Amino acid sequence: MKEFWIRFARNRGAVVGLVVLVLVAALAVLAPVLFPGSPWDMAGAPFMPPGEMGMLLGSDSLGRDVASGIAHGARISLMVGAVSTVAALGIGVSLGAIAGYAGGWVDDALMRFTEFFQTIPSFILAVLLVAIFSPSITSIVCAIAIVSWPPVARVVRAEFLSLRGREFVQAAECLGKSRIAIMVGDILPNALSSIVVLASLMVASAILLESALSFLGLGDPNLMTWGFLIGSGRSVIRLAWWMSVFPGVAIFLTVLALNLVGEGLSDALNPRLARGRA
Amino acid sequence: MDPSRLPAFLLRRVIKAAIVILAIIVCNFFLIHAAPGDPASVMAGQSGAADERYLAQLRTQFGLDKPLLEQLWIYVRGMLALDLGYSHRQQMGVAALIWQRLPPTLLLTGASFALAIAGGVTLGALAARRVGTWADSAITVVALTFYATPIFWVGLMLVLLFSVLLGWLPSFGMTSVGAGFEGWAAVRDVGQHLILPAVTLGLFYVAVYARLTRATMLEVADQDFVKTARAKGVPEGRILRRHVLRNALLPVITLAGIQAGQLIGGSILVETVFAWPGIGRLAFEALLARDYPVLLGVFFCTSAMVVIFNLFTDLLYAMVDPRVEVQG
Repeated sequence: MKEFWIRFARNRGAVVGLVVLVLVAALAVLAPVLFPGSPWDMAGAPFMPPGEMGMLLGSDSLGRDVASGIAHGARISLMVGAVSTVAALGIGVSLGAIAGYAGGWVDDALMRFTEFFQTIPSFILAVLLVAIFSPSITSIVCAIAIVSWPPVARVVRAEFLSLRGREFVQAAECLGKSRIAIMVGDILPNALSSIVVLASLMVASAILLESALSFLGLGDPNLMTWGFLIGSGRSVIRLAWWMSVFPGVAIFLTVLALNLVGEGLSDALNPRLARGRA
Repeated sequence: MDPSRLPAFLLRRVIKAAIVILAIIVCNFFLIHAAPGDPASVMAGQSGAADERYLAQLRTQFGLDKPLLEQLWIYVRGMLALDLGYSHRQQMGVAALIWQRLPPTLLLTGASFALAIAGGVTLGALAARRVGTWADSAITVVALTFYATPIFWVGLMLVLLFSVLLGWLPSFGMTSVGAGFEGWAAVRDVGQHLILPAVTLGLFYVAVYARLTRATMLEVADQDFVKTARAKGVPEGRILRRHVLRNALLPVITLAGIQAGQLIGGSILVETVFAWPGIGRLAFEALLARDYPVLLGVFFCTSAMVVIFNLFTDLLYAMVDPRVEVQG
């Protein structure tokens, strides 16, 4: 574990990313303390530039505090990112594991299925799913999970394919372990490092996807999100630039931090690769 | 590839593409039926508020009282005849609506694609040539930045800078309203309107292709045939262009084919920001009105476009690179 941290800390970008991520998480947790009350309530006059009337980042067309919206939006963004990644991992890991371990026609069929999902325009499918099942936090998480599992399935399949023939798997088979026990207990732990790296990048793209959906007006109508803030600032950008600039900066910093942490994790978990790159 | 094997290769790819298109139609069908409420009102596009007689007509047309499999057959048959349904709200067939909005989208995606390939390969090649210098790090940082920025936000920021602050470029639509330009003036006008949306959509892919070109060029530069060329005394610029870059471009073509779907998905967001009158904007309008037939039609058409584009890149690839296997 100590060795892991030393290798992770060697990547300076990853450390900066981790710090930013911790700050965003703190903002999300402390939002109700820092900005008590609903982010939907009027806090002052509309279209106040940043710094006026005690609102650090200005107010929107209905006098709502942009800073409060960003803090409360951080909760939703991080939550949607994490939950939909877990769901996508669930689908991707199970399909990839079955395909890689079973091989043969099962593998063939599952990979064709994965390819299909990679071919179709995934963003349009996500829009369609959320629109048809009416926007809510559940439908958004499901839609993001449905369009983002294919890369997981591919990576997990490749890992299972290469690990399947190893001696420790053969040993487990000789011991008479069941297939599921071998897949979960013996092979999966060895594939975990690539799954962890992939997961951090998936949280980042899930946050981007959620913001794009709520920018189009497909966010949960009861929840304040970063994408919604930018979307509501779009038509008044000539009047109030701060409404769309600051929430975008929040998305950018969070996603960049996650990508940097992902690179650091990859260096720390696959030291051979990292040395090859440097 | 051996030219005599090309027809068989082509046939296999066409069959595969046809299966994917069929799967998309089936997918659409089940989406209509999985939606909460009556399938007829989903197809009418106005849950709860539609005209009773129109709903009854839809029910008989799609056989909604018949078994599910028979309904699927009716639906697939209709879609294969390119009957994509009717938009009650726009009082127009969905196929005609999409057909009308197709040229602006093709113009936008084509321009961004060209920009992304040209910009990405140039930047990537520069970075690979000056590996380890500040120019290389700068390009890497720029690539990381565009990876992390929401595309619609980039569009808004460009509007803020170039339209609101500097006033150089138009931020809205495809042509100047009421200007009535003709000939070259009209082309120039569209070109001016095209710059911001195309750059917005292209920037992300510039970053993607720059990183990929850099990585593959460094890989190729290590190989023996490059050392041989250098030992023969081939000038450095010529080695880069003829030996390294040509081989490094193949993965870029592959990735471009895979990402065609993403490019079209991104155009929904960009067209929404810039009010560009293409398919993406149509999808956004349909979204606001919950006009499901149009949304389903857009999904079908864009998927079909991606499948056809992939078919095209496969073919191109097989003709350019003799090592490509005919199997698959």
